[in-house]
This record gives sequence, C-alpha cells and structure tokens, in this order.
Amino acid sequence: MALKPAGEPGKSESESPKRKAGAKAAGAGKSKVAASSKKKTKATGSDVRRGGSKADQADRLRVDARTVERIEGLGESVVRQSLKLADPFVDVPTRSISNVNFNKSKRLLEMGDAKQRRTLFNLGQAKKFMQTLLVADGCRDLVRSGKTLSLRGMYYKSLHTIAGTKEKTFDGQDESDVVLEDLEVAIDSLRENLHVFAKKRGTMVGNITVFDNGDEINCRRMGTGGYAIPSICEPSVLKFGKCEADFVLHVEKDTVWSRFNEDRFWETHNCILTEGSGQPPRGVRRLLHRLNAELGLPIYCLLDCDPWGHYIYSVIKQGSINLAYESGRMAVPEAKYLGIRSDDYQRCDLSDDVKIELNDRDRDRAKQIAAYPWFADRRHWQKEIKRMLTNGFKMEVESLITKDISYVTETYVPERLKAKDWID
Amino acid sequence: MPSTVTQPTPPKKSSGKIGSRATAEEMASKQREISVSEFFAKNRHLLGFDNPRKALLTTVKEAVDNALDACEEGGILPDICVELLQIAETRFKVTIRDNGPGIVRKQIENIFGKLLYGSKFHRMKMSRGQQGIGISAAGMYGLMTTGKPVLIISKTSRRKPAHEVLLKMDTARNRAEVISETEHAEDDVLFAEGHGTQVTIELEGRYQKGRASVDEYLEQTAIANPHARFTYVTPANEQIEYPRAVDELPPEAKEIKPHPKGIELGTLIQMLERTERTQLGAFFKEDFCRVGPRVAKQICAHADLTDRTWIKQVGHTQAEALYQGIQAAKIMSPPTDCLVPIGTKAMLAGLLKEVRAEFFAASTRPAAVYRGNPFQIEVGIAYGGNLPGDELGRVIRFANRVPLLYQQSACCSFKAVIEAGWRNYGLQQARGSLPSGPVVVMIHMASTWVPFTSESKEAIADYDEIRKEMRLALQECGRKLGTYLRRRQKMRRESERRNVFTRYIGEISMACQRITGSDAGGIRDALEAIASRKTAEADQQLDDEGRVVDDGGRLAVDDSVIIIDATKDGPEAGVEAEQVAESLFASDSPPMKTRGKILKKAGKKTGKKTIKKTGKKVGQKKRTNTTGSNG
Repeated sequence: MALKPAGEPGKSESESPKRKAGAKAAGAGKSKVAASSKKKTKATGSDVRRGGSKADQADRLRVDARTVERIEGLGESVVRQSLKLADPFVDVPTRSISNVNFNKSKRLLEMGDAKQRRTLFNLGQAKKFMQTLLVADGCRDLVRSGKTLSLRGMYYKSLHTIAGTKEKTFDGQDESDVVLEDLEVAIDSLRENLHVFAKKRGTMVGNITVFDNGDEINCRRMGTGGYAIPSICEPSVLKFGKCEADFVLHVEKDTVWSRFNEDRFWETHNCILTEGSGQPPRGVRRLLHRLNAELGLPIYCLLDCDPWGHYIYSVIKQGSINLAYESGRMAVPEAKYLGIRSDDYQRCDLSDDVKIELNDRDRDRAKQIAAYPWFADRRHWQKEIKRMLTNGFKMEVESLITKDISYVTETYVPERLKAKDWID
Repeated sequence: MPSTVTQPTPPKKSSGKIGSRATAEEMASKQREISVSEFFAKNRHLLGFDNPRKALLTTVKEAVDNALDACEEGGILPDICVELLQIAETRFKVTIRDNGPGIVRKQIENIFGKLLYGSKFHRMKMSRGQQGIGISAAGMYGLMTTGKPVLIISKTSRRKPAHEVLLKMDTARNRAEVISETEHAEDDVLFAEGHGTQVTIELEGRYQKGRASVDEYLEQTAIANPHARFTYVTPANEQIEYPRAVDELPPEAKEIKPHPKGIELGTLIQMLERTERTQLGAFFKEDFCRVGPRVAKQICAHADLTDRTWIKQVGHTQAEALYQGIQAAKIMSPPTDCLVPIGTKAMLAGLLKEVRAEFFAASTRPAAVYRGNPFQIEVGIAYGGNLPGDELGRVIRFANRVPLLYQQSACCSFKAVIEAGWRNYGLQQARGSLPSGPVVVMIHMASTWVPFTSESKEAIADYDEIRKEMRLALQECGRKLGTYLRRRQKMRRESERRNVFTRYIGEISMACQRITGSDAGGIRDALEAIASRKTAEADQQLDDEGRVVDDGGRLAVDDSVIIIDATKDGPEAGVEAEQVAESLFASDSPPMKTRGKILKKAGKKTGKKTIKKTGKKVGQKKRTNTTGSNG
C-alpha cells in the first residue's frame, strides 16, 4: 500500500482517525514535499510523508532513530574490526529449523540464540558480506529520508556493477530479499522499521472499518474485489474503527474467498472474511494477529486438506520457521482449523472425482509436519494427518462445489461453526 | 545356375566320382614345401610392409635396430648414418651405415638373404631384434618392388679388406644369390673406424612427415638411446644430427637361461631330449636359471624320481609329472640384471628434449616376470606447457628401446594407460579412452623376450602381468602428477580467492564510509592488508622471481620429477629445459658411479639438442637439483 503515497494527507488532518478523510485528502496530498536534506530533517521528512496522530509520529521517529542507530552500529563494528586488522564479521542469527524452539506455554515458535558468523574472508560468504553492508547502507538511507520501498525497489537501490568488473552486486531479487531478512535479524529491527515492504497479497471484507494511513476504509462496501491487505499492518499505519464482527474466517485462496464474498457470508454470519493467497504474507498474518489480540475475534481457517494447507494453519497459529523472530507479533495461537478435514469425504458424501492422489513429496511433507513439536502433542492433528495418509488422497476446498455451488457457504461452514466442529 | 553353364561331363560314368578332378597322386605332385620367404613375400603386411609409407619406415627401423644391436654387442658406441635418397616420387634408396664390428664374408648371404636367420632367436637376452627376419625382409621387399638387389659393404677390421656384395633373394629357396662381389683394398677409407657395415636397399616407398614417420622414429630412438649418435639425411637433402649425450654404453645385457616356470610341457620334453646332461639334477641345475640342488630335488621328488635319475629313463608320463613339479615348486624369479632399463633420469632428459611441457615425472618399476621371462616397465609423463590441451593425450611406446609407432590401440601399454584411472590424478578421461589434456605418456618395456602381437613388432601382447606392471608404473607417475596438479589448483584458487576479496573490498569500504562516516581509503587499506595476509600462500609461490616454484612438498625431494616454469614461452623455455636437463646429470654424481661422463653437445644444425645419459641401475636414484629454478 505504501507504494502509492499519493493518497497521503498533506497535513495532520488524519489526526482524528474517525473523521472521513478519504477522497478529498488524496487530491490535496502532494502539495509540498520538503526535499529533506537527509541530515537532520528527519522529523519534517517523516512528518510530511506519513499520516497518523502526533503520538504515532513521535513513535515512528523514535523507532526510526533506533533503527538508524543499529545500522550504524553494525557498520561501525565492521570498521573497527577492519582497522584492527581482524577478520571483519557480522553475526546473523540462524534462521532455520535448527534454531527454532517451540515455546509450549505460549504455543509459539521462537528463535533460538544460534548465530552464524558471516565473514568477508571466506570465499562462500564474501559476496553476501558485501551485500549485507550494501543493504544496510540502503536501508539507512531509506529510513533517514522517511520513505519506503518495496523489496524489489530495495533490490534496485543496492544494485550496481562492481567497479572494474562485470559483476553485479546482486544476481537477482532473491539474493537481496534473503540479505534483507538477514539484516532484520542481525540488527533486531523488523522489515517495517527498515521501511521496506513486500508485494501486497491477501484480501479482506467484512463488518469492520479500518483507517489505513488515515484513510477510512469501510470493509462492508468493498464490492467484489475486497480490501487489499497492505504489507505493513502496524498500528501506526492501520487502525481499527468500528467492528461488529463476531469472528474471522480465513480461507486459503481468493477463489474460495470470492465464493464467500459473493454469497455475502460475512453479512449473514456477521464476520470478517480474509484470504492470504496460499501461504499468507506477513501483512495478513499481522492483521489476523491484531484482529485476534486487539479486537478479541476468534480466527477460523478454511484450508485445503493437504500438507500445505496444514502448514498454512501452522504458520498462522504458531509462526513460521523462517520468521520465527516475529512470531510474537504475528502468530494466533487460538486459531482453529475448520476444514477441509480428511473425513469430510465420507461425512459430506463427496464423489470420487474430488480425490487428488498424494504423491511422495506430499507424504514426506505430511510426516515432517506431524513430527513438528507443535503438532506432536496434538492428538487430533496426529489423527487427522494419519487419516489423510491412509486415505491416500488430498482434497481442495473447492471440492465441496461438487455438492452444490454454495454448499460451502450455506451448509459446510455454518454447520461446523454451530457444532464447534474444528480442530485446534 | 543357368543350365548352359553346367559341367558338360556325363553324369553317370562310374562309382560316383565326378569327372576330371584330381587324383591323390596328381595332388601329391603339387604338394610341396613352402619356403618361409615365399610365405612372407605373400604376407608382407605381417612384417610391416603393408603400404609404401610404412615400408620405408620399417626398412629404416630394421636396419637401425640391427646396427644398434651389433654395435652394443661389439662394445662400440653406435654412430649411425641414415640416408634417404629420393629417386622418384615413390622410389627411395635407403642407406644405413654403422660403425659396428662388421660381418664376416661368409655370413653376409645368410644375414641379409635368409629369413629367420639370426643370432638372437635362440638366446634369452635383451636385444632389439629377435627373430632374424627384419633386414632380410626389407631386402626382399625392395627386390620385389623395384627389382634392385641389396648392396652390402662390410669391413670387420682395419687389417682386413672390405667386402662389397650385391645380393638377390631367392624366395623359393629362402637363400640369397650373389650377383657380384668386390673386395676392396685393406686400406680403403670406407669406414672411418676401420669397421662397420653399410646396407643399401632400393624400394618403393612414400615419405611423409608427422606421426609414424622416419623422422619420428629416429627422434624417439634418439630419446631411448642417448649413447648413440645419429646422422639423418632427409629426402630433401637436409642433414639432421642427433648427437650423443653419453659416451659410455649401457651395461651389456646378460644372457640368461630359461626359467623353469616359463616353459611349457612340450618345451620341457624337447629340452630333455636334447640336453647333454645325463642326470635330472644336473639337467635342472645347468639348463635352467634359478634352480639349485634343493629345488631340483624337490621337482624330481614330485615325479617320484630323484636327481640321480638318468634322463634317458624319463618317459612322457614322468616328464609330465616333472612339469607338475615345476609348477608346484617355489622358484625364485629369474635374475633381473639381464635387463637394462633406460632409467628415470634418461627418460626425463629425453622427454625434456622432445616435449615442451611444464611438468615431468618418471618412474621405473622393479623387474617382474611373465611366463618365465623377466621384464621391467618404465613410465615417463610430461604435462602442460605447450602441449595441446584440448586433445587426447599422446602415448609413446618403446620395447627394448625401440619405438613402436603403429597399432597403438592393440598394444598392452595403450590398454594400461586407459585403465590407469587418470581422473584420480586430476586429468579428464572419458570411459574407455585415453586421458585428455596436455599430457604425453612414455612407456618402455625392457625384457629378454618382448611378446609382440605380430612379426612386424608394432604392439606388445596383452599379458596380465605386463599390463599390471604398466598400470602400476603409470599410477606411480600419475600420483606425482596428481600432487602437482592439486598444488597448482590450490595456488590458482588462492589467487582467485584474493581476486574475489579485493573485488568486494572497494564496495565494502564505500558502504562503510556511507554508514559510519569513516574514511573509505583507510578501511580499504586495512581490508587489503588482511586479504593479502589471508591469501599469503598464493604470494609465496608466485614470488621468488615470479616463478612457479616447487615448495617443500614431496615433489621437491623427488628426483624423478621436474617442474619447469610454465609461464615462459618460446626460446626462453627451451633454454630452461636444457639447463634442467644438464643439471640432471651435471650435479653431484655419486649415483652415476663413474659410468657415464656427461658429454654435452649442442647440435647447431637444426636446433636439435640432446643432453642425456642413461640412468643405469634401477633404484639408484639420488637427489639432484631438480627444480632448475635457480637459473
């Protein structure tokens, strides 16, 4: 969303988030953008570019200052080591399953203390070391100018040909994305704080009003397209307005979501309907977390009956391995898994046609998931996965369409909700 | 068949016999002995006269091999002159003259006119020639293709007259006819040293340079025979000189008796029939090598006989039991002092001279035995330098110092090279083919009897024992090459590593400057200092006057390895190779005993130079200055 800062209000008119600022403000927006002289005009820079309350702005400034400080700390440590003629290095916390712990009491994934030392004088790491510093430099620039960039923009910002060679600093966006995630954990600052956002993915509709960067969004009137969930869903950007919904129904992909939206499911059942285009991005997860934590809404997930659907649920519920350091801000330990269940084939009397045979990869992945500590102690889940494996097939949410076009919205989900028939 | 063509003979005449076919008596009148000369005249490809080009080479080769053998046997340092005179497009007059002991008059016809006549067939001694076919066959080929007889001039001593004989082969009787004969005065100056032989053969041939040419043959012969001097007059009337590098002959190969394990039952029976001994014990002890009284008794006991048994009483069954006894007995391997290997140093020098490479290694295996014949394998490897890198490697083969130029793929050595597993040593090798890359492999087999696949002596037969020895020798050299290549690889990696670091250092120092405000120059200097410290290894080896120098590794103390600066090119590299070759023998010479003084000559004429000498005894390696890097 921050890609289009055109919609920003020029002044602090969005101070009262309840006021309707909408379309009118957008026109007035781009009146004056102080060409921030980068050095000490941090304050004004941010001020002009962003909406939000005074408190929010102050908060942001504080965060930005801290981020810059951390980046500079990283740079200084490298310089210090170099000048001492020691091997310069950057310590990056390990982001892999080996360094992820499952906190049983909080039911969250947490990152362990393991770190990987990235040094310049190691052939395999030399380039990454350089890239880390380039990205750090780019982010510092970005934060100080008070602007934001997409991941792709960040890639271009640090991209150039190394002097005297034909080699480019990055071989593709993949490289810069990974380095950025490394930088996040290395200086313990979130991507949002580094002013970088991802491509938008995910949609929302339902009985709620939100203020996105000061603009009031009425999610009851989003037509067929729905509200595109922004990449950054921090309270400083996205605020909740009036909300009548009783719960949130999160579905796996937009095709299913469209079915629910067209049937006005959120209206008839007074809920919020979200979708994450498969594995939900950070924005969607952060939003779900906040809906649950701040508004106390229970989250129900309607996902495919396959290992990937199960893992999506797992990510929503206790966080992902890759971003374990953000679990606390993103996970929804209370999220419930509504379906599709492996016994739905019998219970809903589905035809043979909906069966999709499990392949070897599916089986391996299913066994892997069942072995994760956060699934291992879940009796129902063990049963569920086992049953899927003995069935030998998987099912998509769309398989319910074979019963009736609106079977899923009119029968399946309402019945399950009523019967509280879900797994936790 | 159409009926018009069928035999007109009336079908029913008598007892089922068909008409005018031959009777046994008629057939008998046509049955007669085939002279060996006739056989080979018809099958000349067996002797290496398949085509004009090969015929020319084979003629030169047979004559030179004979000359070398004769000189060495006579204890004379060979001085051999080869002259190719082109008479017509495909007609050549080949003259080979040596300074050997000469041939007495009455043997001239036999030696040059009779196939399978020679001194070498019946003895167990390492020599180039074996069967006594070669030179006579060449003469026969010449006669058949041009009709011209063979001209032989030979002089045995200053005090005796030289005989000039024109010989014509009678293939039907395997004999030579003397066409004319001249006796020169005793004080003629035909041979500078007063003795020698000269043979001139006119033949149909084709001269071509390159692979398997007369030039290549002489070049390789010179490598393997550093004690000989060759003068070669090419068809273009150019004179090429291959100077002598060592002024002492290789030790004379000793003649040995057959080894019991090397004979077959038939041979044993034959030997029993022909022996002059009367009792078994003496027979085994005297007619075989490596049989002492104890072993003789053991063999006899196996056949329920004693060493006192009269040989006349030994029948077929007993002979067979004796044969079993031989197989069962533990008998020492045949003596190996009958073998004269070229020696690692001489091989290195030879390769250095011929091949522009950067790495040379050689190894000599201990002697081994196949079918009772002792043999010894030597291998040399040259790698890198100016050798073509994108082709298959080259194998040069020698048997008793004679280069083998044809039928490479039929040769045992070729198979051994293929199965040596070069990938372990850092070379590329496709399945079932030679290693590829800039590599030349030299294999020499020295033996009292080299098992050739045919009379033309082009390929060594594939005996398991021989192939195994070859493989081991190749692998021994291969390991040295592998060590070298790995080290070179490491060096390259190190300097690449440094490149990688320095490439990124600029970016890093700039980024640091932007982030922290510290001076980029200072950071860069510091990082570069660390980088060169980290990659010091690359420095070490590139320093020292910019040469690639052997460091304290295993190769440095190995005198069977030579490494030449590969970065040099052209004449400079040649000079260095020469210096290295010199230092091979010029340095402290205890290993050489006093046997070989070094004679260094610079053949000015065509820029060919030879510096070498044979390493005489196996295992007599000593360290010398091998790197040659201090020039």
